[in-house]
Amino acid sequence: MAKGRLIRVRGQVQGVGFRPFVWQLAQRMGLRGWVLNDAEGVLIAVAGGDLGAFEVALVAEAPALARVVAVEGTEWEPEESAEFEIRASGPAGAETGVTPDAATCPDCAEEIRSAGRRQGYAFANCTNCGPRFSILKALPYDRAQTTMAGFTLCPECAGEYADPGDRRFHAQPIACPACGPRLWFEGERGAQDGDAVALAAEALRAGKVLAIKGLGGFHLCVDATNTGAIDLLRARKHRPGKPLALMAGLELVKRHAQVTEAEEQRLRDPAAPIVLLRKGGAALPEALAPGQVQLGWMLPYTPLHHLLCDAMDRPLVMTSGNLSGQPQVIGNADAREKLAGFVDGFLMHDRDIARRLDDSVERADPPMVLRRARGRVPGTLPLPKGLPDAQVVAYGGQMKSAICLVKGGRALLGHHLGELDEALTWEAFQQADRDYAALFDHAPQAVAVDLHPDFRATRHGRARAEAEGLRLIEVQHHHAHMAAALGEAGWHPETPDDRAVGVILDGLGLGPDGSIWGGEVLLGDYRAVRRVAALRPAPLIGGDRAQAEPWRNALVRLDQAGLGDLAGRLFPQAPLALARQVAGSGVNAPASSSAGRLFDAVAGCLGICPMGQSYEGEAAMRLEALADLADQPIGAGGYAMSIEGAEIDPAPMIRAMAEDLDMGVVPGVIAARFHAGLAEAFATAARAAADEAGTRVIALSGGCFQNARLLREMTLRLDGYQLCLPREVPANDGGLAFGQALVALAQLESR
Amino acid sequence: LAHGGGGRAMRDLIEEVFTDVFLPPGSEDQARLMTGALQEPGAQLAFTTDSFVVTPLEFPGGDIGKLAVCGTVNDLAVGGAVPLWLSASFIIEEGTEIALLRRIVASMATEAAKAGVRIVTGDTKVVGRGSCDQVFITTAGVGVIAPGCDIRAEHIRPGDVAIVNGVLGDHGATILAARGDLALSTPLQSDCQPLNHLMQAVLAAAPDTRAARDATRGGLASALNEMAEAAGVTVEIEETALPLRAEVKGMCEILGLDPLYLANEGTLVVFVPEDQAEAALTAMRGTEAGRGAVVIGRAGPKGSVPAVMRTAFGGQRIVDMLVGEQLPRIC
Ligand SMILES: [Fe+3]
Ligand SMILES: [Mg+2]
Ligand SMILES: [Zn+2]
Ligand SMILES: [Zn+2]
Repeated sequence: MAKGRLIRVRGQVQGVGFRPFVWQLAQRMGLRGWVLNDAEGVLIAVAGGDLGAFEVALVAEAPALARVVAVEGTEWEPEESAEFEIRASGPAGAETGVTPDAATCPDCAEEIRSAGRRQGYAFANCTNCGPRFSILKALPYDRAQTTMAGFTLCPECAGEYADPGDRRFHAQPIACPACGPRLWFEGERGAQDGDAVALAAEALRAGKVLAIKGLGGFHLCVDATNTGAIDLLRARKHRPGKPLALMAGLELVKRHAQVTEAEEQRLRDPAAPIVLLRKGGAALPEALAPGQVQLGWMLPYTPLHHLLCDAMDRPLVMTSGNLSGQPQVIGNADAREKLAGFVDGFLMHDRDIARRLDDSVERADPPMVLRRARGRVPGTLPLPKGLPDAQVVAYGGQMKSAICLVKGGRALLGHHLGELDEALTWEAFQQADRDYAALFDHAPQAVAVDLHPDFRATRHGRARAEAEGLRLIEVQHHHAHMAAALGEAGWHPETPDDRAVGVILDGLGLGPDGSIWGGEVLLGDYRAVRRVAALRPAPLIGGDRAQAEPWRNALVRLDQAGLGDLAGRLFPQAPLALARQVAGSGVNAPASSSAGRLFDAVAGCLGICPMGQSYEGEAAMRLEALADLADQPIGAGGYAMSIEGAEIDPAPMIRAMAEDLDMGVVPGVIAARFHAGLAEAFATAARAAADEAGTRVIALSGGCFQNARLLREMTLRLDGYQLCLPREVPANDGGLAFGQALVALAQLESR
Repeated sequence: LAHGGGGRAMRDLIEEVFTDVFLPPGSEDQARLMTGALQEPGAQLAFTTDSFVVTPLEFPGGDIGKLAVCGTVNDLAVGGAVPLWLSASFIIEEGTEIALLRRIVASMATEAAKAGVRIVTGDTKVVGRGSCDQVFITTAGVGVIAPGCDIRAEHIRPGDVAIVNGVLGDHGATILAARGDLALSTPLQSDCQPLNHLMQAVLAAAPDTRAARDATRGGLASALNEMAEAAGVTVEIEETALPLRAEVKGMCEILGLDPLYLANEGTLVVFVPEDQAEAALTAMRGTEAGRGAVVIGRAGPKGSVPAVMRTAFGGQRIVDMLVGEQLPRIC
């Protein structure tokens, strides 16, 4: 008898229809043997045909949601059986895989629109789509361990579940109107009879604000073409200016936005993220995103969304359902309690959300994940070569918090949690810490934290390290940002002397010298870095308060440039004299090289929310939009900064900007010249550092690189260098933990 | 001032500036005290000490002497004790003005009288220039806790109401303004005052008062954290209920400071059972130190952190202990 093959498949291969796919493949190719899930992934034993072709097809034809990381084959002595069968999980270990939530697949989207038992059903799904991580309560991933546990399968669904030829074979959340979750519309006086989607659509068309229970949380929803409804939502949510995310079918999106091929692909990704798209075509109310060139769009990603979008046939605002500053609401009772004052009705259902997951936010060009959440987690990332095979947990930053676990050469970068001083977010952080540890079967040797002692995440990590006797590794904020970009790009030192340059333009982080960093050129590797250049420091008047009020940053930069008088003219209503004293006294005015605050300074000078930002990053985002709106080309000359030794001084830039202001140059042009000038100065410093160190590798990271214009200006000026750019790992603090973990691994090795 | 070595000049100084003002006549090295209060079965002696260092020594609403008396009186008072006697010990830098010392000592005498305590023993040392900053004072205090009175943080239970006696942060803001780095002209005054009469009024009106603490260094935030941690509860305060002067608010805004962390020297927080809250509030408002008393929040079951603040928009912000100086964190 011919030898067979025993094939191990690793990666995201459980809960994605991999076994029925293998079964069907084997049927097609006339093979015999078996397939099963176990603790390491999928194990296949196969014999009786063209096994080479089989292995190729395993990867080439894998199901949509599968991510095959490795296929390893050995010889296998075939058994008697002539069949190919799907076997129950081996005794060697339970299934461990759980995949990210996935948008409704085309088949299911079609099914709910066609005659049949799932027509108009809001909870249809199959092995290629549907809820996963958001309904998971415990491992292994099995219906009984999800929030679907309470819904007993009807005979028809049970039949589909057991049929390897059905696309619902072993789809844990499978359901139908006879046995699955129920949808209803709830007004002020409780649940209403009738078609829930039709009632919701009617309310939306009447300009009402609704709370809609989605996959990872509640959304607040209004008709995006109705300015009055948008204003009402903004007033109730105390959210005057922050851009609101939109949802619509692809056709409709294209009517209101310019959509490139890459953008369309990203919109249609099973993760169904919010994708930033340039406005175009039919205009929508400016109130959706005041002062922005782009709008964030997502396609309907659950059957419920499909039904609602069909019924509305116009774009919907879908912003996270929360109180200002709080995380998204996920429970029905919580929604009724907390959102009652915000909304006129609820589109509710009785499938519980086990885990709060915000919508991911992404951009296609340059490709970048800005917020890593629903649909992306718990996906893993490969680690660069050359690091020790150790287990490390990294706790990230204070804002845009996310946890990262490293094991077996892969990193699990957890979902976006938010700002940790919010009590509910802090609880979510602790839950995530427990959840991911269980999910990854994790037993860390070391704990990595930021250098900042007052990050809640840092204190948590310290406490854990102390309690469990683990090694604590403190990582400088911008070293972590740099390591994240290097690691994602797979860079690894070929020789012990290999170095990379990092240009880290960021809000701020504590430096090893006790001062506040944020506009840095670093040189080093995963293990250690050295600061080779930085923005000239300026005081942060009032510490964190400086972040909220651009005039404070404008004042210090104008004063440094000898333009104190101009500050008086630009900000007549600000307490400048007192602020200057604070800056001089050092009462709460630490010096900082933050690049983010330089953006604020320039924005403030151009009259962009000088007295206060209504949301984090508003000034910088609007500054970027201003340059884009004015259609200023990338790569043109910018305001020069002076580079003397290790100091990059914006004073000459500020003076040139003031001259332009004086001559009445339009703000968009000034904004563009600022972006170009900043890129020019840092590119020059980076090239010098790279050339001197004999490296071609330059990493770009830090929150400022969420700015697409800055990133383009920068990459253009670093042509010919090997750039490491943040793509899947956010450039902002959402990617910090990944970098911390890499630094920790490198330091573990060097001990 | 150029005195040292315990010689004649020193003795003259002590007699002139200190002894005449508040030590009882007598030539022994120890105060000898009698009290009937302690003879009662179940009565407890309360004893505390604290050192006082402040720049500047004199500030609107007080000086280091007033601080040294009120601080120790209040440490006794918040434990339910009736303060009786204080000691006062001075370290004085050579060259310090006699007139300044006299003012400080006079202010101590006034405050002690207000609080109804006697300063019964003390000490002075003069040290060389640079060895201290003008004047450091250490006071110790003895008081008596009536039988049956046992207030302590561990007694706080979910449902208990938190009350403060008046506006927050005046002392911290006043000191900042008085340092002179900032040309802040504010009408602010330190809240420095003895709280023992107020505490006795609360205890009389709300016999089941659980615990009290003066919100000195580290502000209200630290006091709440310590108490909640000891009690195993989570305290939730309401941002909109916090009594703050507009001047303090304004100063915090420009300086980026959080009033919850500003020091107070005559402000306490007391936890009482809900059904005695009204009585406690009324009693407080009837005292000089408690006219501005308000409910700021309540204790609840233990959550993930000891203290949170419900913000104006309904969010729940964690109220932490202050760890060192506050470095900016917003990336
Ligand atoms: Fe950062
Ligand atoms: Mg004390
Ligand atoms: Zn499907
Ligand atoms: Zn069914």
